[in-house]
Amino acid sequence: MTSVTQGRRSRREPSKAPYYVVLVLLALFAVGPLVVLLFNSLKTSAEIGRNPLGPPLSPVFENFSTAWSQGGFATTMVNSAILTVGTVVGVCIISGAAAYAMARLDLPGTDVVLLYLFVASALPFQLFLVPLFFLWSSLQLTNTLIGLIIIYWAIFSPFATLLLRSYLVALPRGFEDAARIDGATELQILLRVILPLSWPGFLTIALVSGLGAWNEFLFALTFIQDDALKPVTTSFNAFQSNFSRDWGLTSAAGIIIIVPVVILFLLLQRRFISGLTAGGLKG
Amino acid sequence: MEVNEQTVRSATRPGGGVKRSSGRALRRKRLLSAWLFMLPLLLVNVLVILGPSVATVYYSFTDWSGLGPAEWVGLQNYTDIFSDGDFWGALGHNLLWTVIFLTVPIGMGLGGAFLLSQITRFQMIFRVLYFIPYVMASVVNAALWQNILDPDRGVGSVLANFGIPWLDGVSFFGSERLALPAVAFVDNWHWWGFVVLLFLTALQSVDKELYEAARIDGANRWQQFVNVTIPGIRATLVFVVLITIIGSLLVFDYIYIITQGGPAGASEVVGTLMYKEAFGRFEAGYAAALGLGMSFISGIIVLVFIYLRRRGWEI
Repeated sequence: MTSVTQGRRSRREPSKAPYYVVLVLLALFAVGPLVVLLFNSLKTSAEIGRNPLGPPLSPVFENFSTAWSQGGFATTMVNSAILTVGTVVGVCIISGAAAYAMARLDLPGTDVVLLYLFVASALPFQLFLVPLFFLWSSLQLTNTLIGLIIIYWAIFSPFATLLLRSYLVALPRGFEDAARIDGATELQILLRVILPLSWPGFLTIALVSGLGAWNEFLFALTFIQDDALKPVTTSFNAFQSNFSRDWGLTSAAGIIIIVPVVILFLLLQRRFISGLTAGGLKG
Repeated sequence: MEVNEQTVRSATRPGGGVKRSSGRALRRKRLLSAWLFMLPLLLVNVLVILGPSVATVYYSFTDWSGLGPAEWVGLQNYTDIFSDGDFWGALGHNLLWTVIFLTVPIGMGLGGAFLLSQITRFQMIFRVLYFIPYVMASVVNAALWQNILDPDRGVGSVLANFGIPWLDGVSFFGSERLALPAVAFVDNWHWWGFVVLLFLTALQSVDKELYEAARIDGANRWQQFVNVTIPGIRATLVFVVLITIIGSLLVFDYIYIITQGGPAGASEVVGTLMYKEAFGRFEAGYAAALGLGMSFISGIIVLVFIYLRRRGWEI
């Protein structure tokens, strides 16, 4: 709106066309490679040789079914789904409870806990990966999905807690006080009063930690060697080295991995963007 | 570690001699439930992050394969690091990586965000498009660019068909000279859109009247950008610089996925070196020292940043 009024106010205001040219070029840079990926997923190997980047002249859809079976997606998709759902549910419970304690139960030393969470959410994996791996092997948690899920709980919950806490602090207290006077326990208040009011905050941390779990590579690579338990990311990595010359197949496999994420992102983009950039806003 | 000690101390302190009035009993019950609600978070954090982090400090002073007992060797690992040519090479690559990421994505981010803030129509669409690579899995992004930048069947050969032969047959990821910048290019492709949105959010909170005032004073767009925009988003700018430096010191994913540090160590960084030492060469003690060293350096950078801010630097 402002640009329209400005345009009317002063005739000398330069045209916005050059801005749009640059913005469109940037958009092509961002999305062009994705379009190439989609094109190539619909080509045979022979066609990619003749026509590496252009649109498919005779689209073939078999790549998807071949990639699905050769890439073991029937297994890895389930593994990734378990990892993602397990992470999301766990992070929501862990961070929800912790954020509630800090925002509402007058947890003593909240400042110290907050500082710890800031530090913990920024600690590099280099600092704890090696002993963690050997701890996990001695606890027989390597090559188990729950072992990986616990790691995801730990690495995603500090940030989620900080985000949820700032959300809860902003909620009015009236309803809970009323419930407390009626004799509700803290757990009842959390589940019946806070949860219905703060679901957007929970949705945000669910999306951020779910995305993190779905895309995660390093910990999955380190902690899961068993093919039957690999998530889509590390399994794709192995698949790609086996079929490195068959780009039709690997492109189709790549599309299979990103489609759920991209669709969810397009549906809920405002919430995704605000959640993922929330770390930057505190700067 | 100190943080945790304090947490524990403040946890135990209020539990003592409060037993009298019912108000106090109620307060104590609330306190107890507060800590009960914190418990799951603290448990997983201590188990996964804090405990192993402390263990890293210990193992960095030992010769340890990862299996069996660790043998105390004092500062041996650290002196080894100093005479390890691979380490210095890798650290050099981390620094080059830092330079690349302090310029390219921040430049693109500032430029993109500034242009977006000047338009209203289609702004939302651009934001979404720029952000899509950021939500995609690193393995897919890597494969996608390995495909496009392939020496025989990539963008080089397509350009050659149009009479532009310079990129034909160039093996971006296979050449010692190009591997590191090429991987940085791929990582940046998925990163810069995120930076745009960080800056855009900051730009939108800059007071519009400041631009108006600058315009009345006769400032052109570039002068407005330098004198109004940059100061207005300084906090976010410093934050992005900070996460860029730390992220560059600790970079791992894209390099490991695309080149694994090769060819011949040309794209090795300390993160990938550490990973190989721990899980390829079973030098877990040495890897712990490398990991601790890099974490220490990034910790120092954060502390310097906090110190300067405390000292009243407007950053």
